[in-house]
Amino acid sequence: MSLLDSFVIRALLAGLGVALAAAPLGCFVVWRRMAYFSDATAHAAILGVALALALSVNVFLGVLAVAGIMALAVSTLTSRGHAMDTLLGVAAHSALAAGLVAVSLISGVRIDPMAYLFGDILSVGRGDLALIWGGAAAILALLAWRWQALLTATVNPDLAYASGIDPRREQMVLTLALALVVAVAIKVVGALLIGAMLIIPAAAARAVGDTPERMAAFAAGIGALSVFGGLQASLSYDTPTGPSIVSAAAVLFALTAIAARLLRR
Amino acid sequence: MSLVRIDGMSVRLGGNTVLHHVDFSIDPGEIVTVVGPNGSGKSTLLRAIIGAIRPEAGRVTRSPNLRIGYVPQKLHIDPTLPLTVRRFLDLPRRVDAATARQTLEEAGAGALASRQMTDLSGGQFQRVLLARALLNAPELLILDEATQGLDQPGSAAFYQRIADLRDRLGCAVLMVSHELHVVMAASDRVICLNGHVCCEGAPEHVASAPEYRALFGTGTGGALALYRHEHSHSHDHGAPE
Repeated sequence: MSLLDSFVIRALLAGLGVALAAAPLGCFVVWRRMAYFSDATAHAAILGVALALALSVNVFLGVLAVAGIMALAVSTLTSRGHAMDTLLGVAAHSALAAGLVAVSLISGVRIDPMAYLFGDILSVGRGDLALIWGGAAAILALLAWRWQALLTATVNPDLAYASGIDPRREQMVLTLALALVVAVAIKVVGALLIGAMLIIPAAAARAVGDTPERMAAFAAGIGALSVFGGLQASLSYDTPTGPSIVSAAAVLFALTAIAARLLRR
Repeated sequence: MSLVRIDGMSVRLGGNTVLHHVDFSIDPGEIVTVVGPNGSGKSTLLRAIIGAIRPEAGRVTRSPNLRIGYVPQKLHIDPTLPLTVRRFLDLPRRVDAATARQTLEEAGAGALASRQMTDLSGGQFQRVLLARALLNAPELLILDEATQGLDQPGSAAFYQRIADLRDRLGCAVLMVSHELHVVMAASDRVICLNGHVCCEGAPEHVASAPEYRALFGTGTGGALALYRHEHSHSHDHGAPE
């Protein structure tokens, strides 16, 4: 009997893995105003689920591939100066709708689309856990490696060019990391709420962090607390777990915002 | 050997030819100023030099491993990004505390290290940008309208600081400005740009060139002479507040 035999422990570890990977990436999403961008990528994940089931390949790989293609396409189009939010809105909702239609068309397997829209963290198995922590480690390593260049390009692309950094390459790093976090998080919070796990902890951490690194660290802490609180609430009150985690994050956001305002007086 | 050399460069942006057939070069230790009306391609020229814009035709040649210190025209830092002045200096390469302190002093921003970038006034912000550009011993300092938002004595002090830095560090300086009289007085060479190079040479030469007068009128000629003689006194505008 090991600790991992408990579905609660597995759920907690899965949630913590996602919170840890989403925190620094979410900071970049906030700093670079890419919220719509991350939504479009996450919503495309449903299409990835459908394709993976239709082709009988691993769902993680299907989601990773489709989210990656979506992120790449949107990244390329917006860098050519197309109207950003309209285009992203079209892409995000089309991908979601097409994914849901595709899932319903798959013959044979009856799957519950709810599990992929809102996550199914309580059914996380050992294999899922390995994927989640492997993916999270890859994201953190990638961001740590490119951290200084990413920050410079985020502050100002021309400053990056003058220092010999290509901001378009750093944008690709973020695009890749985003696709990876979507693939990692779909089982935990679902396609509809991945954006929330990216943005809410980072936004809450803005009130307390005074450097980029501290903001990312606070975001990780707030994300982890949200996983604890949401999971606890979900078990106590029998509420859906993914939405409970996001609600907990929203409460923490409100608390830090109020605390920051009071302290500033 | 020139630090940067441009041969027959043309640049198109959004379907418009912004620069056509521009030749340019800058040598070590030289102060070169680019003047020209709005939309004449001044910023585009600088951005091509740092590699942010790929020219449609012609060549930009930088000397190998050229260290560039770049002060952009405007820099908007998103309010969601917490960034102290000290942390900003660490981008993209970390610098040790002594170097950071000394460079901030040099740029007249000594007391600002722990302040948030978004809380700085226009003048403080410019001095911090200058400090960051001075790190890593640049061979070429590039300033794009670096004194926007400063009053005239403030920008005169800023340019005096640039001339002093050049004398001390030996770096070349390439700058763009609207404030012709102030900038031209501090330059070794002036380039008048309007989609192409209209005329270039010593400040006095350019100020009296018919191409320059056609663009800017004759009014600044007198001001140039006036400012040439005002360098001996200082208002200490760089004092930290």
